[in-house]
Amino acid sequence: MSKRIDVKNLDIYYGDFHAVKSVSMTIEPRSVTAFIGPSGCGKSTVLRTLNRMHEVIPGAHVTGEVLMDDRNLYAKETDPVDVRRQVGMVFQRPNPFPTMSIRENVLAGVSLNSKRLSKSAADELLEQSLRGANLWTEVKDRLDRPGAGLSGGQQQRLCIARAIAVQPEVILMDEPCSALDPISTLAIEDLINELKSDYTVVIVTHNMQQAARVSDRTGFFNLEATGMPGELVEMDDTPKIFSNPSKKATEDYISGRFG
Amino acid sequence: MSVETEPTARQRKLSEIEGVDLDTVRASSNRQSYIVLGLAVVVGALLWLLGLHPALAVVLAFVAYLVIVYAVYRSTAGSRVAVDQVARGLVLGAFVLALVPLVSLLWTVIVRGGATVVSPAFLGQTMNGVTGLQDQATQRDGAELIGGAYHAIIGTLIITGLAALISVPIGVFTAIFLVEYQPKGRVSHLIRFLVDVMTGIPSIVAGLFAFALWAVLFGIGTKNGFAGAVALSVLMISTVVRNSEEMLRIVPNELREASLALGVPKWRTIAKVVLPTAASGLASGITLAIARVIGETAPLLVAVGYARGLNVNPAEGPMNTLAVYAYYMFTKPLSPGYREPSLDRAWAAALLLVLIVVVLNLSARFIARAFAPKTGR
Amino acid sequence: MSAPPAASERPPAPAKPPRRPGDVVFSGLSTASAFSILLILAGVAIFLISKALPVFGADPAEVTGGEGFLSYVWPLVFGTLVASLIAMLVATPVAVGIALFVSHYAPKRLGTAVGFVIDLLAAVPSVVFGMWGFQVFAPKLVPLFGWLEEHLGFLPFFESASRTGRTLLTASLVLAVMILPIVTSVSREVFLQTPRLHEEAALALGATQWEMIRTAVLPFGRPGVIGGTMLGLGRALGETMAVAIILSPGVFTWNLIDTGNTTVPAEIALNFPEAAGLRLSELIAAGLVLFGITLAVNLAARAVVERRAEFSGAN
Repeated sequence: MSKRIDVKNLDIYYGDFHAVKSVSMTIEPRSVTAFIGPSGCGKSTVLRTLNRMHEVIPGAHVTGEVLMDDRNLYAKETDPVDVRRQVGMVFQRPNPFPTMSIRENVLAGVSLNSKRLSKSAADELLEQSLRGANLWTEVKDRLDRPGAGLSGGQQQRLCIARAIAVQPEVILMDEPCSALDPISTLAIEDLINELKSDYTVVIVTHNMQQAARVSDRTGFFNLEATGMPGELVEMDDTPKIFSNPSKKATEDYISGRFG
Repeated sequence: MSVETEPTARQRKLSEIEGVDLDTVRASSNRQSYIVLGLAVVVGALLWLLGLHPALAVVLAFVAYLVIVYAVYRSTAGSRVAVDQVARGLVLGAFVLALVPLVSLLWTVIVRGGATVVSPAFLGQTMNGVTGLQDQATQRDGAELIGGAYHAIIGTLIITGLAALISVPIGVFTAIFLVEYQPKGRVSHLIRFLVDVMTGIPSIVAGLFAFALWAVLFGIGTKNGFAGAVALSVLMISTVVRNSEEMLRIVPNELREASLALGVPKWRTIAKVVLPTAASGLASGITLAIARVIGETAPLLVAVGYARGLNVNPAEGPMNTLAVYAYYMFTKPLSPGYREPSLDRAWAAALLLVLIVVVLNLSARFIARAFAPKTGR
Repeated sequence: MSAPPAASERPPAPAKPPRRPGDVVFSGLSTASAFSILLILAGVAIFLISKALPVFGADPAEVTGGEGFLSYVWPLVFGTLVASLIAMLVATPVAVGIALFVSHYAPKRLGTAVGFVIDLLAAVPSVVFGMWGFQVFAPKLVPLFGWLEEHLGFLPFFESASRTGRTLLTASLVLAVMILPIVTSVSREVFLQTPRLHEEAALALGATQWEMIRTAVLPFGRPGVIGGTMLGLGRALGETMAVAIILSPGVFTWNLIDTGNTTVPAEIALNFPEAAGLRLSELIAAGLVLFGITLAVNLAARAVVERRAEFSGAN
């Protein structure tokens, strides 16, 4: 599992609005890549283009290429549904399915695609995914209770379990801790550290300390002014970005001069 | 409210700024209002005993309650609390006022229809061959009631069932179109507009439409059960669309995104995530739509006509339905001199309709719970 | 799955994804359903107009009343409007009160129970309301009408009182009761959806409960209340059986508390079963006029509601 992603000259539009301009970058497998930058700079938008979730918004489209191990996600014959099975996503607010139990939530990706699953295989996948999300010990006695009944941090880890149950190559996280308390945040950050041994992880975060703590590489996004497209200013190893960035704007941002 | 601090040069207290008129609130409880309420009840009872019309006594007592409550709270807790209490009184008053006719209606229906609705004649017989003579015998000589609403019950089920079969798929899929496929844009704008127009179709006009349509298709004056089902569908579709659209819209986008991000195709996302999440709402919306049309009278009067006997073929000839049956029995008794048996049948049919509505609503709740079993338990 | 026809490569054109059979069927069904609404409405308009046309070409003397369709229909329209407006004016404040009671004053369980009862009553058939109005309500109003005649008789509305209570005012009040559940349940629904944050923000600023309702709940619920009221008005305008049963119909009069007046739907229901020929066209044309009025009401409602649509909370 775990694949490398190459983004080449990616431009993102919402209708006529040019949201992000000309992004090129490489995301290494088995590593954590963080996107940081001020609000509205397009970091979440770029993240969503990595599994074509931006297409949910009517009028959104891109030009350029996103290659996952040399397969273009935007090739005409590529099915977005297929892309999303390989590139999982965790959202800002925990969103377990309210009609489903914890168990059903974890297995949702499989059952919604109507793949038949024997009871034993389902149990195994369930335990494996929940263990992978550091949630197994907390919920193993109440797997048939509603997923919405868990605490916010547990719900978010349930969503991570749900994402890894479909066994993707890449996991995208869109500010996964912004709705959580510090303890839950810590649990998620620990989990991210473990996930990178199996997956390519890309995380968008507002929190620079978080980026510094969890990521191997960091990309800094910025926009020149409101209404202008966002762009990738620079991308480098995390220690370098935070100690010795090559661009002035990056330094200004991480030293807290704006953003 | 206020913490005693020395006002500094930079920050003055609100009360010291010119033009700010602070209206403070002092602690209060609802206790006084209950005492006043008790007082008002006593006043009302006295007025009634003094010979006032009971309705008038109640109104006067209520006004007295509002005035006294305002005065009491204004003096103890300030005018804002007094206004709050008056609002409270008005809200409670509205609630009680509305209960009066509704309770009276249910009471009348149960008392007037209760005895007849359980009689085997009402449930098992049609009006075939029943004339004023039988009613005369029933009322004057105490003979058993002859003639019931069996045919109307069957007709109601057939016509409403057909209407639901037409409306529910069209309505729910239209809602899916509006929420999932074309949430914005000119087409959905047009469809929403048309649904609004449809909502505005008065029931009698729907009946006229079915009548006119059938007149063109099958010759003028053709009345049958299908025409009634079409008329009811015209009324029902818009309700189903509106209710369903509302319910689908409430489903958080995050759930759709969660599903799509798991690599689930759009139609499965709709069918297995959106619809189940909205299931309870959809079920209750559909049931309310059915319950609304099951008691329709006017369109069926126009499009289906009136049958005295059983007709189970909706493609051929007039049928009867409970609402139309009640209307005819109530306004055109079989024997003008001996109206009671006909009125009994009318009230029994009314009670039966109300009961059906209740059962429909209860079963909607039950189904809703069965569809979404794992939330909040 | 076959590749779609080659879309133009020229950027920024969106890539066309391959379609799954399930998606094709599902979206096809949805689209077809949506467009069937257009068909149905076109059918309503076409068939009603075609059946109503003869009356406009007919000799005015042959139309009921002998002076043409317009002078036949306007008293009916007037009666309909008066009855419905009275109903709306009476019902709306009460309905908002009940809705607030259920959503913000009553204990949760009582609120749920009351909400359920209201849902039930919204579905009580109009013929039952008519029977109740005729048999129970109308006689109870006779003393009130007597009082109105005695003390306000100088007004044209209260000139002389009916002894049966089967008057336009009675019908209006029954209509008010009938639309009460609808207006209430719609209002309650929106009041319950008021974001807790807004309510708590108001309370945290020191607002009393009523001030919280006034500043947070009512503004949020206003489009819903207007929508509910308009639904109620629409139902009152088109309401047939209750009026047909209760009202003792007659020619137009300003007097609200005596027999007389009638409404369009009642006129149709009472006369349609025996109508034939030109009379049929006349009634269908009257139905068209009624449809036009309810249409106008609905469009007005829509305009009001739409202006506030940004607040609906859904995306």
